[in-house]
Amino acid sequence: MSTIAVEARPPLWRRLVGFNLLTAIVLGIGGWYVGWFAAHGVVGPSIAYFADVDYNELSIFMAYVCGVLGFLIGLGFLNYPFARLRGYPPSLREKETGGVGRYLGLCTDHKVVGIQYLVGIGLFFLIGGLNAMLIRIELLRPDHQVWPAGTYLTIVGIHGTMMMGMMTSGILGPFGNYLVPILIGARRMAFPRIEALTFWLLMAGGVILETTIFFGGFPTGWTGYAPLNIQANAGMDCYILFFALVGISMTLLGLNMIATIVTMRAPGLTWTRLPIFVWGVLSTSALMVLAAPVLIATLLMGMLDRTAQTSFFIAAAGGSAYLYQNLFWFFGHPEVYVLALPGFAIVLELLPVFARKPLWGYRLAVAGLLGVSLLSFFVWQHHLFVSGINADLRPFYMLSTELISIPTGFTFICGMMTLWRGQIRYTVPMLFCLAWFFNFLIGGLTGVYLSDAPSDVTTHGSFFSMAHFHYTIMGGLVFTFFAGVYYWVPKMTGFQLNERLGKIHFWSMFILFNSTFFPLFIAGFLGQPRRVVTYPHNLQFLNDWVSVSAFLLGGSLLLFLYNFVKSLVFDRVPAPADPWGSKSIEWQLPSPVPVHNFDRIPVFSSDPYGYGEPSAPVAAPAGAPAGRD
Amino acid sequence: MSSAPTTAAGQPNHAKRVIVAWLVLSAIATPLVAIFLGPALPPGHASQQASEQVVANTVMTSIVTPVICLLLVFFVYALMKFRTARGGALVDGPPLRNQNTVQVAWVALTSATVLFLAGFGTYELLQNGSGGGQGPSPIAVPSGPKLQVQVIAQQWEFTYRYPSYGGLETSQLVLPENTEIELHVTSLDAIHSFWAYELGIKADANPGNDNVAFLRTKGADTFHVHCAELCGLWHGYMFSNGRVVSASQFATWIKQQQQVFASVQQYMPRYATTYFPDPQRRAG
Repeated sequence: MSTIAVEARPPLWRRLVGFNLLTAIVLGIGGWYVGWFAAHGVVGPSIAYFADVDYNELSIFMAYVCGVLGFLIGLGFLNYPFARLRGYPPSLREKETGGVGRYLGLCTDHKVVGIQYLVGIGLFFLIGGLNAMLIRIELLRPDHQVWPAGTYLTIVGIHGTMMMGMMTSGILGPFGNYLVPILIGARRMAFPRIEALTFWLLMAGGVILETTIFFGGFPTGWTGYAPLNIQANAGMDCYILFFALVGISMTLLGLNMIATIVTMRAPGLTWTRLPIFVWGVLSTSALMVLAAPVLIATLLMGMLDRTAQTSFFIAAAGGSAYLYQNLFWFFGHPEVYVLALPGFAIVLELLPVFARKPLWGYRLAVAGLLGVSLLSFFVWQHHLFVSGINADLRPFYMLSTELISIPTGFTFICGMMTLWRGQIRYTVPMLFCLAWFFNFLIGGLTGVYLSDAPSDVTTHGSFFSMAHFHYTIMGGLVFTFFAGVYYWVPKMTGFQLNERLGKIHFWSMFILFNSTFFPLFIAGFLGQPRRVVTYPHNLQFLNDWVSVSAFLLGGSLLLFLYNFVKSLVFDRVPAPADPWGSKSIEWQLPSPVPVHNFDRIPVFSSDPYGYGEPSAPVAAPAGAPAGRD
Repeated sequence: MSSAPTTAAGQPNHAKRVIVAWLVLSAIATPLVAIFLGPALPPGHASQQASEQVVANTVMTSIVTPVICLLLVFFVYALMKFRTARGGALVDGPPLRNQNTVQVAWVALTSATVLFLAGFGTYELLQNGSGGGQGPSPIAVPSGPKLQVQVIAQQWEFTYRYPSYGGLETSQLVLPENTEIELHVTSLDAIHSFWAYELGIKADANPGNDNVAFLRTKGADTFHVHCAELCGLWHGYMFSNGRVVSASQFATWIKQQQQVFASVQQYMPRYATTYFPDPQRRAG
């Protein structure tokens, strides 16, 4: 970096011209209008065909597709393919060295992409969280009061879609991209440009979902059920495009992770020495690759139903609404494990460090992760127990759904036995991991009520199921995400996060999270359906309690934001190379990790969990760790 | 890799303590939950199906209680007992990488619990469908004569047809007491879900599909009906009340409804299990 400083910098206007985020935004907006007018030119002459529609849906789709293409061209994603066509040699030079600017554009350094993900996803998580606050404002009183009914449904939809779409990459994006190459002793991902592409597709998608408010929002919630999504107004197109882009991003991310982990492991890193976090990433990636393409296809069919007057999902014209439900949940149920599995992996990765013991039952833990991945493809019709489809299959789906708690139990026993007789240190990341056990226990056990077809009759589609998946996803994913943030951000940035504020954040978040979502089980048991703008008067106290807790929970997350900005920007305390006493390889490198990770590719001789084993050699590079460059 | 669980000299037998505490706590907590919490669980006793769901919920809560007790005891014990001294140097714990007995016991316990739950759920389901929608060809059909009632969902209300009373269509749901009812749920537009909370009935309403659910009413009662599947703009307002009444009151009510709707009855479509609106419209 010091070499760059001596070069004469070009003037500001010259630096702004080129392939960067500014160009990308300009080309994105330009592309939007080009697509809009082009599609109008195509369908304009036959506009009578669309006479019963308020908007020309095809134009909106084309506008967004061209907008995304323009955005990607502006970022420079086509430069490399064209350079290769023109005969330039292969290279990975895109902004690998270049100061802060490389965080704002196409960068092929996996560590930069990891930090981009952390900030980008955090931003959209904040937006999704604000939507949750708006929902709880409406539910302060049983009557319909603050938002118009359509606006309320749009808020619910954006909250759900943003969280379920964006947060699929919530752990794989930041920590997977940053850590997997380091943990397996590689210098980069298998497909670094595709890695960057997954991030920018997600960002484009997030913005598209927000623009739904200019087209009247969408009334379907995150599931986007047909035929409601076909009669919905133009805001629905934004939902479809958002989720399709998320699907493409997920597929590419998963492929990239699988390719990297399978082919790029350093010498000696056998499958039984792989850190459990990498196993978690691998099993999650398999789910992404197998499930997300189904989502893309489903949304494409929905898009055709809306624009080209096909009838995949219209019963009156020969289609079936069940087709959508089946396809969606074939994606949707693996998807919730895409959200949950990285959390399992983070818990199992961090417990050995803070209990000072090897991971107990390594093979059982791996079997648990893989077993959950496999079984998650055979449970999707438990979302359709009362839908009137295949009643004969309900016993099978009841069984398969309950079977999935066996491999989930593997994670529990491995975690618990790792703690057993350990030397436990209550650091902030450890507290978040321990909270996972509590939250996921409640989330998992309430899932039993939903997996049992008789009791599902009452709990299905009620606040009970809503509370259940918030316990598994917020309690499972978001808590472990914060564990990862407190644990790895010192490595990623080189600065420590304030421990005291972190503990305040943890305790307030843990208590308020339970205070927010536990009463919702009761509300669901008492008969409050999901996604309603009104509810029975006798449930007002519960709902008010939940709303107040939710606002305070939002405050707790703002406290985290304050800590994050304060510790990383203002009161910087440099982090030592290994603040936690971990034996894992990323902590043998300096903080932050240098651009090329390793001077010499390390050779592994054991797994990273050799605590209390004096004779066990530490998994470390063969040579000395690379110095800071 | 595997090593036998060793108890160092002078170390208390932690495992025994945890197991004893768990057994004691479970033995106290489980009957309390079953006896006191069980009857309070939803959805109540307004129908046979609702009562069965209360039983299902009680059984599951009783099974879940010892699981919660185990984890509670384990974590309270482990987190208090195995904490390292504050500010001390890093000390490693014993390198236990595996204990086969623990693995086998855990897998056996969880598998047995899970298989029991699935078996119990299947048994309950096959009695009479437990109040859930079973589609056009139900597999769990209670015996005996049944009163057919059709539920037609549309944005954003439910209407009901009584085919055995000349296809009478009305916006009120009134059912005779102590009667087997066969509900046929269908929709005219988006997907809805007919949820009669107190009766323990939930069946999705799909356009072009006849979703059958069975119900055996008990005594005279009132109940609430909600739409439980997001169906568009006024989903939150798609609720109404229903009544279970005596046979004579039901007959009177039917007569009165037939008189009220006599003039429009001739314009009603013929009774069918599904209806397709014509022309196909794009509402909402």
